[in-house]
Amino acid sequence: MELLIQASYFAAAVLFILGLKQMSSPVTARRGIVWAGAGMLLATLVTFVAPEITGSSHANINLILIIIAIAIGGGYAWWSGKKVAMTDMPQMIAMYNGMGGGAAATIAAVELLKATDEVERGLASSIPDALGADVAILGILGAIIGTISFSGSIIAWAKLDGRLHRSKLLPAQHLVNAALALATVGFAISIYFATDLTPIIVFYLLALVLGIFITVPVGGADMPVIISLFNALTGLAVGFEGYVLGNAAMIIAGIVVGSAGSLLTHLMAVAMNRSVANVFFAGVGTDTGAAATGEQGEMKEIQAQDAGIMMSFASQVVIIPGYGMAVAQAQHKIWELTQLLIDRGVSVKFAIHPVAGRMPGHMNVLLAEAGVPYDLIYDMEDINADFKNTTVSLVIGANDVVNPSAKNDSSSPLYGMPILDAMNSDNVIVIKRGRGAGFSGVENPLFFADNTRMLFGDGQKAANELIQAVKEL
Amino acid sequence: MIEGLAALYIFMLAGFTGFEIISRVPVILHTPLMSGSNFVHGIVLVGAMFALGIAETPAEQVVGFIAVLLGAGNAVGGYVVTERMLEMFKPSDKKPGGEG
Repeated sequence: MELLIQASYFAAAVLFILGLKQMSSPVTARRGIVWAGAGMLLATLVTFVAPEITGSSHANINLILIIIAIAIGGGYAWWSGKKVAMTDMPQMIAMYNGMGGGAAATIAAVELLKATDEVERGLASSIPDALGADVAILGILGAIIGTISFSGSIIAWAKLDGRLHRSKLLPAQHLVNAALALATVGFAISIYFATDLTPIIVFYLLALVLGIFITVPVGGADMPVIISLFNALTGLAVGFEGYVLGNAAMIIAGIVVGSAGSLLTHLMAVAMNRSVANVFFAGVGTDTGAAATGEQGEMKEIQAQDAGIMMSFASQVVIIPGYGMAVAQAQHKIWELTQLLIDRGVSVKFAIHPVAGRMPGHMNVLLAEAGVPYDLIYDMEDINADFKNTTVSLVIGANDVVNPSAKNDSSSPLYGMPILDAMNSDNVIVIKRGRGAGFSGVENPLFFADNTRMLFGDGQKAANELIQAVKEL
Repeated sequence: MIEGLAALYIFMLAGFTGFEIISRVPVILHTPLMSGSNFVHGIVLVGAMFALGIAETPAEQVVGFIAVLLGAGNAVGGYVVTERMLEMFKPSDKKPGGEG
């Protein structure tokens, strides 16, 4: 039996790696998740017959509890995952990731409870004596990381889901965070020498608060980096708890995700020209003063009819979609408009900023959902030189990714971020709900430029009006 | 059990594996891949099952129950959203030339 179980975990680890590998190519991606899913199912099923569990003193009640917990947790996740809209995917990933971090942290908590119990009954002199020094250290480390990932991910979810808007909690937040981090580490060390539960409980509470405090000041535009980072951290925590439990499948899956996630975080931060440390300690939009506002002229409005005519007679139209388009569910209408323009002989391209949407590739998912073929979609590097040959750039629901102050205003919080050079095209039409600043809270001079016309209104409604305007010609 | 040094090798090799996998991914798949890797660390469910399975006191059972609950959420939720996302990529792949 033991051999069968170990062989199953081994097979699961292989399936995870092969699955992730297949997920890195569009052709095999779907097979990849199915393989990884098969590995997970196998690993979960054989765990039910593991001798450690079936032979434990409370085996029956514990097995029933396991089934109930899986039914509730898995059932809720299944239901929420099936009904979530594609636009809300990032925050759901954040939530599920947070749950994983929480699970890793609570596994460590069970181990620490057991060890404390042994110490109190005089079976061991200290927690490292009960668990082994290496197990104790990695277990506590996993507990810190997992707990921060848990509470931080929940905050990330709340912010992206529009349930939490504040980005300031306390004055001198960074100092408070630093002190809190030190205190958390201090209590983590004290667990090593603890003989009762008090320092453990204080440690968990501190780590929970630390995760919250770290994440709250992070600006909305930086959220993808944070979610990716927490994803990597959860992986790491899972790997460490895998060592605690002596489970190789957990170690391998956790560490693979930890390193893959770290690299992904780095790639995302590079795309936004920000370092990961910067994301945590700067907080775009939280303290932009009057500097960025006031110097602009006036936004010039345009009606859908005129905009439609402008695009119909253009030689090339570049559409720059942002998250706002997805929120307005306008992607299908935009694709319809695109087809009409192509029928009229206009060259239409989609320009995707690396961080368009809420995560790299999120916008591609949303456009794929609407049926936009891949060969019309261009990355930033491929399209930027082409803007000077473009008659009309249609910006819909995007803001920061076309903000020229990222290039020419060193006082802007966005300064240095690579942008789509929409301002180089002959005309820019911006579809926007209102006159407010973007997701990051930074004003956009492009909206006030001479060659820019604003088409105010809901994205889907505006797209509809444009379709009508083009059809009537 | 996996002892010290052997574990260190596993950590190192797994680390390189993760690095290799993602360094070849096109940007368009970053979101599904992040979601997929999020699913993979749902293996924490197995650890949580052990934690609850060998629990002896009510306190351990309560904490272990939470662990399994959260772990199951991670695994199931991660699978469902990743699968949904990758399913949408399928039709686009069939017509790489684009039909306009």
